Amino acid sequence: MDWQAIWLSVRLAASTTAILLVIGLPVAYWLAFSPRRWKFLVEAVVALPLVLPPTVLGFYVLLAIGPHSPLGALYARLTGGMLPFSFQGLLLASVLYSFPFTVQPVAAAFLAVDRKLLEASWCLGVSRADTFRRVIVPLSVPGIATGAILSFAHTLGEFGVVLMVGGNLPGVTRTVSISIYDQVQALNYAAAGRTSLFLLGVSFAVLTLTYALGRRVWAIWPIH
Amino acid sequence: MTPSLIPRRSVTLPLALALWCAACAPPSHPRKVTVAAAADLDFALPEIAAQFRRANAGVQLDIAYGSSGNFYSQIANGAPFDVFLSADAAYPRQLAAARHAPENSVFPYAVGRLAVWVPATSALDPATALGDPSVKHIAIANPLHAPYGRAAEAALRSLGLYAAVAPKLVLGENVAQTLQFVESGAADAGVVALSLALAPAARAHGRYWEIPPSAYPRLEQAGIVLGDSPAAREFRAFLLSPAARRILKQNGFSVPGE
Repeated sequence: MDWQAIWLSVRLAASTTAILLVIGLPVAYWLAFSPRRWKFLVEAVVALPLVLPPTVLGFYVLLAIGPHSPLGALYARLTGGMLPFSFQGLLLASVLYSFPFTVQPVAAAFLAVDRKLLEASWCLGVSRADTFRRVIVPLSVPGIATGAILSFAHTLGEFGVVLMVGGNLPGVTRTVSISIYDQVQALNYAAAGRTSLFLLGVSFAVLTLTYALGRRVWAIWPIH
Repeated sequence: MTPSLIPRRSVTLPLALALWCAACAPPSHPRKVTVAAAADLDFALPEIAAQFRRANAGVQLDIAYGSSGNFYSQIANGAPFDVFLSADAAYPRQLAAARHAPENSVFPYAVGRLAVWVPATSALDPATALGDPSVKHIAIANPLHAPYGRAAEAALRSLGLYAAVAPKLVLGENVAQTLQFVESGAADAGVVALSLALAPAARAHGRYWEIPPSAYPRLEQAGIVLGDSPAAREFRAFLLSPAARRILKQNGFSVPGE
């Protein structure tokens, strides 16, 4: 089993989820509460990674972070390094790719918070930022957890985007899905099967946890 | 007249037409050849196919391009291809062994050649790019499963460059993606199939240098006829004919026996 690839995927998924929580929560807040009329345009852009084939997204990310692009040139000037074929480049691509998986559940959870509680908080002189921190976020924890876990799981299984921008470097960009693909291509079905089974187990555990956390009643068996 | 007659007729007529068409249309193209072809044939094979179609008007020829490894798995699991043109010789031989097909059902049809490719905007000379210290990334196809990747690795070793370039290597899933890595500027140079470097799109955007064939093991590409359709055998015969060999040579391949 390719533990190096598994560990890389776990690190990538955890970093992606952490970044998405930091930038996804404000975006979700804006989408949930902004009165702007052109909000639907932003909603459509946020949802685009759900529709675009991952290889297409990956190809455009490769062009966007390459040395000929303004972003790539800026990154090279600031850090002296290059984004393609690096963990940072993969991280950027994963954040884009999993963006809707954080933003959509979190925005839905924010919208579900009772408006009366928010107005009460504002009337009591609590600022919008503090209301967000002390009322909205605590009441939306299940939605935020769902967004985080979905983003984690989605990044763990990500393939097309990584294929396009990764360059398959062991320990840097060879994620678990790429490793499985390589094994299948090399006809090592047994090795591919073992790694796939492990990934399947992890994914099942993560999703079970998500839905278990969503349960309102914690008894597994019905109580009479 | 009851109103129900109108919708009924609107259904009956197309239905009758459809049945009539299905019954009287001749079984279109009784002779059909479906070919699974390695992606490096993407530029040479269409020309060969066009000539084959002109010479055999009664045969419908369909070609799917893709990764030889994927085709191998699909065919091993019953994919209905009549001919498989692999990018190497190992996959067709394994298929022949697995299907208990005779060894001579596997036929070599082309020999792949390697080239170093750099974008037109690059200041690098493709002949010296691999050893250039300013190069940060060199793209090759994945040696684990891509025949051109294995050959590229062997060439780098025999040119005495492998130790120096190993940390710079990035792996494309196939030669086409390897070229894409270079074309996007993400990698500085790439080792690709000469057939790809000669393709019109690549020619317009870059320069190449052919790696001497003595630097890597012969990249023999072989095919296999699956099943026993006469049209498939005709296609194989055409692929091995002087006309097809000339097209292969023009498109960056050598041919077996030369």
